[in-house]
Amino acid sequence: MIVQDIVEKLGLKVCSGANGLNREIEGGYTSDLLSDVMGNADENHVWVTLQTHKNIMAIASLKELAAIVLVKGYEPEADAAEQSNEEGIPILSSEEEAFELTGKLYEIINQAK
Amino acid sequence: MEFKFEIEGGNFSKAGSASSEVKKILKQLNVNPKIIKRTVVSLYEAEVNVVAHAFEGNMNVDIDTDKIVVKIEDRGPGIPDIDQAMQEGYSTATPQVREMGFGAGMGLPNIKRNSDKMNITSKVDVGTELEIINYFG
Ligand SMILES: Nc1ncnc2c1ncn2[C@@H]1O[C@H](COP(=O)(O)OP(=O)(O)OP(=O)(O)O)[C@@H](O)[C@H]1O
Ligand SMILES: [Mg+2]
Repeated sequence: MIVQDIVEKLGLKVCSGANGLNREIEGGYTSDLLSDVMGNADENHVWVTLQTHKNIMAIASLKELAAIVLVKGYEPEADAAEQSNEEGIPILSSEEEAFELTGKLYEIINQAK
Repeated sequence: MEFKFEIEGGNFSKAGSASSEVKKILKQLNVNPKIIKRTVVSLYEAEVNVVAHAFEGNMNVDIDTDKIVVKIEDRGPGIPDIDQAMQEGYSTATPQVREMGFGAGMGLPNIKRNSDKMNITSKVDVGTELEIINYFG
């Protein structure tokens, strides 16, 4: 399962980092607390959050996450999008809230296993 | 090998850049990926604590054949009660900082879990010194 698959299955908008759409996804984590994500997310996870500032990319890069999915139609701030393009870690956006989106992602990722 | 990185208090847009440099170096040295991951979590949390809570600081990295020793020193308010600060959920972060998703009070506990040795010393109104050691073996 790659990032492109969840983009298609869930109709997500690709805000930035389209060069990373072939990154492998192995799981996910949902949280808006950065230290929680730092401590508990893992490599190749998709991260569901409403945070849109540049620090989300610092975390995604350090943890080698597969992608970030912003909820409720949020868009990344310009410097976050820029780093996402540079590092090839996509920032995606969904119109849904974290609860619905996480549920769907969980199902799709587990089906692929 | 020794490296030194400056950390600017209050500059969130640069937070994580020193940790990212150290990660690159450890990758080049072919350090075990599991140990790199642990070290990166510890260093990031220590770096962000300087950005969020102190005025300025630096990260001194010493990489040996068998271990990495990192000292993060800052000039800042210091920590009056280290045991309290180490408790998960304890935070003095400002509302603005919390809005960004910092201030869960999980940084120091993350460092504890992701380092082999951790030493903090702090002096109120002077600053804080944190030492993190991870062994490669
Ligand atoms: N370098 C520092 N200088 C001054 N105070 C610090 C420093 N590092 C930590 N502290 C104090 O210890 C508390 C707990 O730190 P910790 O990293 O665990 O949580 P946090 O930084 O508040 O939130 P989080 O790390 O989850 O974003 C801080 O809120 C602050 O009061
Ligand atoms: Mg912290």
